[in-house]
Amino acid sequence: MTPPAASILTEMELDALTELVNLGVSNAAHSLRELVREEILLSVPRVTIVTREEAIKNLGERDAKRLVGVHQDFDGDIAGRALLLFPETKSLELVRAIVGSDLSLDEIIELEQEALAETGNIILNACLATMANNLGRTLKISLPEVLHGGGTEFFYVKPPPYVDDNILFSYINFSVRQRNITGYIAMLLDLPSLAALKNLLAALIERTGNRAVAVPPNGN
Amino acid sequence: MTYKVLIVDDSKLARMSIIKALSALHPDWTRIEAADADEALLQITERHPDIVLLDFNMPGKDGLTFAAELRQQHSNMSVAVISANRQMEVIRRAQAVGAAFLAKPLTEEALAGFLDAAVKKRNGTVP
Repeated sequence: MTPPAASILTEMELDALTELVNLGVSNAAHSLRELVREEILLSVPRVTIVTREEAIKNLGERDAKRLVGVHQDFDGDIAGRALLLFPETKSLELVRAIVGSDLSLDEIIELEQEALAETGNIILNACLATMANNLGRTLKISLPEVLHGGGTEFFYVKPPPYVDDNILFSYINFSVRQRNITGYIAMLLDLPSLAALKNLLAALIERTGNRAVAVPPNGN
Repeated sequence: MTYKVLIVDDSKLARMSIIKALSALHPDWTRIEAADADEALLQITERHPDIVLLDFNMPGKDGLTFAAELRQQHSNMSVAVISANRQMEVIRRAQAVGAAFLAKPLTEEALAGFLDAAVKKRNGTVP
């Protein structure tokens, strides 16, 4: 049984992590916008830490049963797996947004895997690189792989990389304007990585606040 | 002359980061914090800030919508929208409502440029 997020990360650490995800996804949106040439709308991110079972349940409750996912492993001071997930029914729509509407359905289907891998690569790298840069660390990021399935398949990708891992579940909607393609970003971290992340977040908060902490809330 | 600056961001870390840059540039200016647009409105009513720095992606009212309202109701107020979302549509919408756009993470240099312009505007040295 995984302890609730609040007992793993303090409120301030969770705030800092959410802001890092926000910075990362915002950077990713900028890159994705260049690909699809349409504005990418973003929701306010929510970051929680849950068990695999809770993450699978969350996904099942939020959206379609069949999903497409792009995953990349990362290694360094923190190690784990990052996933970009969205409903399978929107997969071809996303590919069409990227490659243009002039292509035939056959051509789009042929490009699907490659376009999804590239989209995942852009979004996940932007998120991971932004987080790593802000935390002052370097992450080695693997090549993207595309998977189709349900929550269970994504959170039990073989070979299982870690035992007793938690899932840092970041829920953010991104939609290509007028196409309503909704995506989620999730990260799988084991307990040692979560502890390392906690330390890095604490250091970030200290660095950020070392001249600002003297300011009381709502005051001078 | 000192000014009152209202910083609106749902992230405490982001507010700390902005306050750090602001404190380095103008340690004597008054800093006021709010976590969302509703809280910001209360602070504006009570404390009348001269300058408002707004996050774009916030729960409730987003920074661009709020910036448009503030610019309509307080034409003297200098408003900047701060976001890592650097899509040209976002930047153009900020400019269309008369707000500046500053990229996150906020640098002291970018903030200094905006604050200098805000001061000149208040002093009537620019239209």
